[in-house]
Amino acid sequence: MELVVISGKGGTGKTTIATALAEIAKDVIRIDCDVDAPNLYLFYKGKDIEKKGFIGGKKASINESMCKKCGKCETVCKFQAITDFKVNLFECEGCGACTLVCPNNAIELKDQNIANTFITELDKGIISRAEMKIGGDGSGKLVNYLRKNGRKFNCDDKLTIVDGSPGIGCSVISSISGSDAVLIVTEPTKSGLEDLIRVVNLCEHFEIFIMVCINKYDINEEMTRKIESFVSKKGLELVGKIPYDDTVMKSINELKPITFYKESIAEKAIEDMWHTIKKFI
Amino acid sequence: MNIAVLSGKGGTGKTTVSTNLALALKANYVDCDVEEPNGFLFLKPKVDVVESVKVEYPIIDDHKCTACGACANICQFNALAKVRDDLILFQKLCHSCGACEIVCKYNAVTYGKREIGKIEKGTSRYIKCSRGILNISEPMAVPVIKELLENLSGEVNLIDCPPGTSCNVINALKYTDAAILVTEPSEFGLHDLKMAVELVKMHNIPFGIVINKDDKKDNIIKRYCKEEKIMLVGTIDYSKNTAILYSKGKILYDDLHHKIIFDKLSQKIKEVLAWN
Amino acid sequence: MKIAISSSGKNAEDLLDTRFGRCKYFQIHDTESGKVKIIENKGQSSSGGAGIAASNQLIDEKVNAIITGSLGPNAFELVQKSGIKAYKCSSIDINSALHKYKNNELEEIKTLGPAHH
Repeated sequence: MELVVISGKGGTGKTTIATALAEIAKDVIRIDCDVDAPNLYLFYKGKDIEKKGFIGGKKASINESMCKKCGKCETVCKFQAITDFKVNLFECEGCGACTLVCPNNAIELKDQNIANTFITELDKGIISRAEMKIGGDGSGKLVNYLRKNGRKFNCDDKLTIVDGSPGIGCSVISSISGSDAVLIVTEPTKSGLEDLIRVVNLCEHFEIFIMVCINKYDINEEMTRKIESFVSKKGLELVGKIPYDDTVMKSINELKPITFYKESIAEKAIEDMWHTIKKFI
Repeated sequence: MNIAVLSGKGGTGKTTVSTNLALALKANYVDCDVEEPNGFLFLKPKVDVVESVKVEYPIIDDHKCTACGACANICQFNALAKVRDDLILFQKLCHSCGACEIVCKYNAVTYGKREIGKIEKGTSRYIKCSRGILNISEPMAVPVIKELLENLSGEVNLIDCPPGTSCNVINALKYTDAAILVTEPSEFGLHDLKMAVELVKMHNIPFGIVINKDDKKDNIIKRYCKEEKIMLVGTIDYSKNTAILYSKGKILYDDLHHKIIFDKLSQKIKEVLAWN
Repeated sequence: MKIAISSSGKNAEDLLDTRFGRCKYFQIHDTESGKVKIIENKGQSSSGGAGIAASNQLIDEKVNAIITGSLGPNAFELVQKSGIKAYKCSSIDINSALHKYKNNELEEIKTLGPAHH
């Protein structure tokens, strides 16, 4: 069973909640698919038991000694990735058009190492995560690999919780496709609702079971009602409403999951939410 | 002059900072977080131009095509597949690179265009606003970002960037002269700020940091700025009132307390970037 | 008859991999000659369109049938158009999967499964 926690909008509390759920559920596989800003592992003093380089895609490479400086490659490149007979790796999309037109076969496509992937062992369970090199392309493929790599360590069919990325592009698509359910974490703000609508549309497109929770719901009860109404109209499951709690910032700064603070009202609400979620998954 | 507002971590306040700073600086506001554009919710511009963003995709002429499969073989993105004598296109995987046309010996490939998103332009109060929107289920945002940023005017443009440090942000940085990095005083904030700093340094873009939701104490971000000799442009205090105004979609600049903060920030930015 | 099975390993005792586009290997069993050919799935290393890359390989290998867990929309379209029949099976060992196929115990894949990107 794989549950993916996403948000559409950034900063709604995805990682806080994904971590808390993983702690409450206890023996789980954690996958941090927010490869641009991977924060999950910061909560733990885990041990990296695996580190591998990850090939994201290919990019063009011009062999200077064979280049006759005819400029055909520059003319044909649709991404303006070649100037002065040099390939700009940030612009290059690895399409290979230049390799086709070079009269001297001076260009080839080379594999690019875009990230290091890790399996980090915790007291209970593991985290499958990555540290992406700055400017890395192909995060969709990386996200898919992280899910697969995490699964490899799941011999006894444990629950897998995936911390997804914000947005609705290829990383998110790659996080949710093929999974069992998503939990969308939203906040009661106008931006939160607008982004919720877009990410719900995306999930509906991929026909996946959708649960929603409203984080910091009491900072604007009117917006919370609007979100509840939207969720109800769409026939989705509202599984939790988490109150604003200063303890959350404390937990982030002390780098301890919120579940360590038994007095926390947010913690209590997340526990209740987990009971509700369990009924569905 | 294009000033990018980025953050690494999502939810630190990029949109809050860029919309209000645009008003304080009397600069144009450009929302290039095309997957989740929020700026217009606050600025509420009167939109008078809507443009379609289109990308090319290959069309195969059945009469000329011999089903040799060369196009399918050359496509690095698996967007073309040959089944028996048919060539099937998977549109969303196509990067519009043109390799299939180059490799086709029979001139059977031409290109059509399809929409992946939109650009909207308008005016709010005294500033010009524009934004890009990526259509749902389209995986590639970059063509929308490029089209939005390619033809910006020569005035001062404040570019509200997507979160993260991936190809979306990198493409926004290509059109950037200076950057403001927005962060929050937390471990997560610092962790992700460092990635954003590395990114702007790599592109040789001068930058400064704004700490949003500041606790008025000597926090890890301030210490980091001191250690790394990074310019701290200013701070925006955390207050529950700020959060409430934000949740209602209000412009903070309309509130006197916040107007003073953003005017101060804009003054500092003008000094640092030495413009009159 | 050539039957391709999405697999986690190269041996007949290995388990069937239910995910088509990103499985590690395809074991192609020839029911007439008894020969087995193992190919590495190109879909694994694709940035996108994994199901397409995998399907293309099997079309090139001229297989007649596929046994896997489910097919995403791209792979489904290709496999259908190519005339290859696809059958659904859970993650059991390859030997057992083949056995079930020969005894007509496997259900044909007639609808789309979820996409893997």
